[in-house]
Order: sequence, then C-alpha cells, then structure tokens
Amino acid sequence: MSTTALVFLEQSAEGGIDELSEQALSFARELGAPLEAVLIGAADAAPSAAVLQRIGAHGVATVHLAAHPAFGAYAPAAWASAIAQAAQSVSAGAVIAAGSERGNELLAHVAARTGRPMAANCIALTPGAPAEVTRVRWGGSLLEHARLHGSPLLATVAPHAVAATPAAAPADTAVAPFAPEIADADLVVRVVGRVPAAAGGVSLADADVVVSGGRGVGSAEGFSVIEELAELLGGAVGCSRAVTSAGWRPHTDQVGQTGTKIAPEIYIACGISGATQHMAGCKGAKKLLAINPDGEASIFASADYAVIGDLHEVVPAISAELRKARAT
Amino acid sequence: MNVLVCVKRVPLTGGKIVLTDDKQAISTRHLGFTVSPHEECSAEEAVRLIEQHGGASTVLTLGPPEAEEQLRDAMALGIDRAVHLVTDGSEWDPEATAAAIVAAIGADEQHYDLILFGTESADGGNYQVPIRVAHALGLPCITGIKAIEVRDGTVRCEQEVAGGRDVYELPLPAVISVKEGINLPRYPSVPGRMRAKKKPVLRTDPARPDARLELVRLAVPGGSGKQTEVLGTGPEAAPAVVGVLRELGLVR
Repeated sequence: MSTTALVFLEQSAEGGIDELSEQALSFARELGAPLEAVLIGAADAAPSAAVLQRIGAHGVATVHLAAHPAFGAYAPAAWASAIAQAAQSVSAGAVIAAGSERGNELLAHVAARTGRPMAANCIALTPGAPAEVTRVRWGGSLLEHARLHGSPLLATVAPHAVAATPAAAPADTAVAPFAPEIADADLVVRVVGRVPAAAGGVSLADADVVVSGGRGVGSAEGFSVIEELAELLGGAVGCSRAVTSAGWRPHTDQVGQTGTKIAPEIYIACGISGATQHMAGCKGAKKLLAINPDGEASIFASADYAVIGDLHEVVPAISAELRKARAT
Repeated sequence: MNVLVCVKRVPLTGGKIVLTDDKQAISTRHLGFTVSPHEECSAEEAVRLIEQHGGASTVLTLGPPEAEEQLRDAMALGIDRAVHLVTDGSEWDPEATAAAIVAAIGADEQHYDLILFGTESADGGNYQVPIRVAHALGLPCITGIKAIEVRDGTVRCEQEVAGGRDVYELPLPAVISVKEGINLPRYPSVPGRMRAKKKPVLRTDPARPDARLELVRLAVPGGSGKQTEVLGTGPEAAPAVVGVLRELGLVR
C-alpha cells in the first residue's frame, strides 16, 4: 500500500502511549505504507521527548496533533471528527486504532460519518481492492476471514493479538499540530464528570491469583470456600456468567466475554465447565488449574493442571494444606 | 417516554464451537438460542425505565423467522410490542444492519425518546451498529454504559473506565448502548409469558444489500495445544496443588 496508514494513538493515564496503541502501530506497519499517527489534546503543546521517541521507535514519520480547547474531556463524535479530518488531510489509505473500548467507539464514529465499512478487532489485514481481513469474533473463540471494501480502510486491532515491536529503522518523528473544525453538535456527548472507583481489595483485572467459582458452587453461600482460598493466596474472587445471572455474585466479579478479562499468574477455576463465553475472559492467565467433578468438562482442554473432584471437598483441602505449609 | 430496544438472536454456544460444512455459520443443530448478554440487560433496562417514568417500549430484531422467540422473550419481561425485520438467516454486515434499523425506525408510527442497544453482539462483535444508527438519525450516542438515569429530558450515563466511571449527560432523544452488569435481568413470570404471546409483532422483510464487510468464511482457532497435568482426584490432590503454587512462587 503506497498511501499513508494513519494510527490513532490513545494516551495512557500516565501521559504515555497506551500499550494497545503501540500494538496498533506494529499492526499498521505491516501494511507496508508510510506510517503516520494522530494524537488528540486540549492544547498544541508537543508530546514529551520520551513519548516522541517511543512513537519514533515504531517508525512513525509524522504525528498529527489535533488540538482543540474542548479536547480536555473525551467527546467521541468530536474526537472522531478530528481523526477523520487528519485522515483526509494526509489522504490516508487506512485508518487504524486499537480494539479498545475507545478505539472501537471512535473508529465506528469515523466509519459512520465518512460512510465507510469498518472491521473491528482484526488480527491481519492485507490491503487490496477489496482488502482481506481476519478478525476475531465470539470474544476470540472464532475467526472470521472477510473482505473489507472502500477506502480508506478502517480497522481496529484485537488486543494482544500483535506484539508491540519497534521498527527496524526508527524515525525522527515530526510533530504537525492542527486545529480541527469541530461542530457544536459533536460536543454534545462528552465526559462531564468522574465517579472514582471504590477503594480496597485486589482488583480482578490486576490480581496475580484469581480463584473463580461456577455453577458448581451451587449457591451464594457456597462461595465462602472460594473466598477463603483467594484470601490465603492474596488473590481475587471471580465467577462465571451463570453465577452472576443467578444473582450469587455481583457482575464486577464476572470473568468472561461480557465480564472482566484477567491475566493472573494462575487462574483456579472451580466448578466451571469452560463455555466459550468464560474462556474469552481468562485466556490471558499464564496458568490454569481446573477443579471439576466431570473429567470430560471442556475446561480441561485449556487447563495446565487438573483436579477431578467436587470443589466443596477439594478447595477446603487446598486451603488446609496451605495453612499447614505456612505453619511449618 | 417511549423506548426502543434492539436485540439479536445468537446461538447458546457451549464449550466448543462447531461450524457448518460451508464455514459460513456456527452449526446450531444441537444448540439453543438466546439474545446477546448485553442486549438482555438493555431489554431489562427498557422495562425498568418504563416502570419508573411511564410510557411504552418496543423491541426490534433483524433475524430469521425463528428470532420471534427472542422478541417474545423480551415481551415476557414487559416490553409492549415488537418489530421483526425478517431475514433468511444469512449474515448481514453492520452497515446493512444499521441501515435496515434506521429505515424501520423511520417507518414506525412511534417516535422514540431513547434507543437502546447492547454495546456489541456476542457473535459478530462489530461494535458499530448503534453508532451508525445514531449518526443516520442525527442523534447523540454513547456506548458501553453501565448506569442510566433519565431526568428532565436528559439521560445521565456512567461508563466504566480505568480508575472509576466517566459520566455523560445526553439530551433526549438519544442512542445508548449498554453493557452487561447495568442490571440483573428479571426472570420472566408465567403471566408475563402468557401476555407476551398476545402482544403485537410488526413484520417487514427488508432487502439485504451487498456487504462491504463481506464474510468469506469462519474458522475455529487452533487448540491451546496444552498438556494437561492431572494433579489427582478429590481432596487427596491438595498437596500436589500446593506444590504447584509453591513452584510458581505464590505460597507466601
């Protein structure tokens, strides 16, 4: 592809470039097109030297800095308008963003306002007319090979499908500030406040150990054995969708396609059958230990370690063994 | 107020997805169906909003004749009426889906204050139909919402982000896509199911335009290739489990 590939860069809370956006840069570089990027900010102050060096390491020739006084707060339609204006000014052949919540939202706005098709959560993109894409569906349980028509190509990159690797030849990235024209109507939807998260406890997404219970736990009270083991390991309690649907645990505890995606050192899944909905949330676990009375349960196909048995017997025995190990 | 909720019929997949021989769809011979999880919650949210504020609610789907099952399920929760855009069951890409919904809204005698979606469908995961619909109708739109409060012609929404929740305030009419966890959907009552059988379903059969995100074929990704180590059976396996945890440096 000879025309520019333009990547929207999401900023991390610390002011750097979000990891998923770096993955999007690596993905876009494979298109073999000149690589440019777009950043959105409230003022046209250049990014820090560290950020610029980071972007340069990915081979980005120019970073377009869309500056508008209203951009201090996230406003999806307005930000998408800025991305679309940057894409038009460089005659982009492709506009790429991370398949994050915001990346998908913004690119869908770009697609809607420019009247182009869009492919979400891609793992491969081969330019052409039409282009060929491979994207993930069902939270990663299924791949779709599809043709993506239109230009520019609009695609988001499935999280953690592509490693963020520096370019063979780093670039000396130029900064090109611009002031997009933003219609008032595009600023109607914007962040007007923030409710801070309740403090305390180990967060499911960040825990090193997650102990989860499924339908096999049998009741809300049944989770006491799961809670006990999680506490002994300094971990978090999780559960399957069947459990939240039954009202045994809050939705914030749910691991799955429509719950939290976790990446612990070990995931201990108790009485969970291993439905695709659930596995989509725990794929990131380094090790998986499954405890299930049914030796044929599909979760064992993804498990590193298996215990065949009733969690109500096995889990307390593990807790007792841990206490014993600590006492000695 | 008047609320429209858009849902999609999807198969209830178990532990392993099996494809049809032509790789165009999931083989559903042995599967049941449901609505996407986020949309189950959007239907519940619609019913709660009408309970709070009065008014009427409509459920819409684009899908095969069998998708009437999902419309009846939503009406069993308390939705008043249904619009069924009947297809032959082949896949519609997100642009075509959005266009058909926009056309149906335009043709409907009802004027909607709030149009609810799930943020993404369980099967397609395209993340764009609500935004395309909002754009075509010239309405404000926000996605991924976990709390909704309607007051004085505006809707206050909360969206989960790292470190808390972002707050948005949209003027009505608006398009909002919600995520599972916004509520715990009620279990439909038997009288609710009986009433749902008699509620009206408006049917149309829109023509399917050529897809511009065109499905070629589906594929099931390769297995994990993991070797599973069986640590034992029953409580006797506990020492072996603790041994593994110790190896991983997780026993303090």
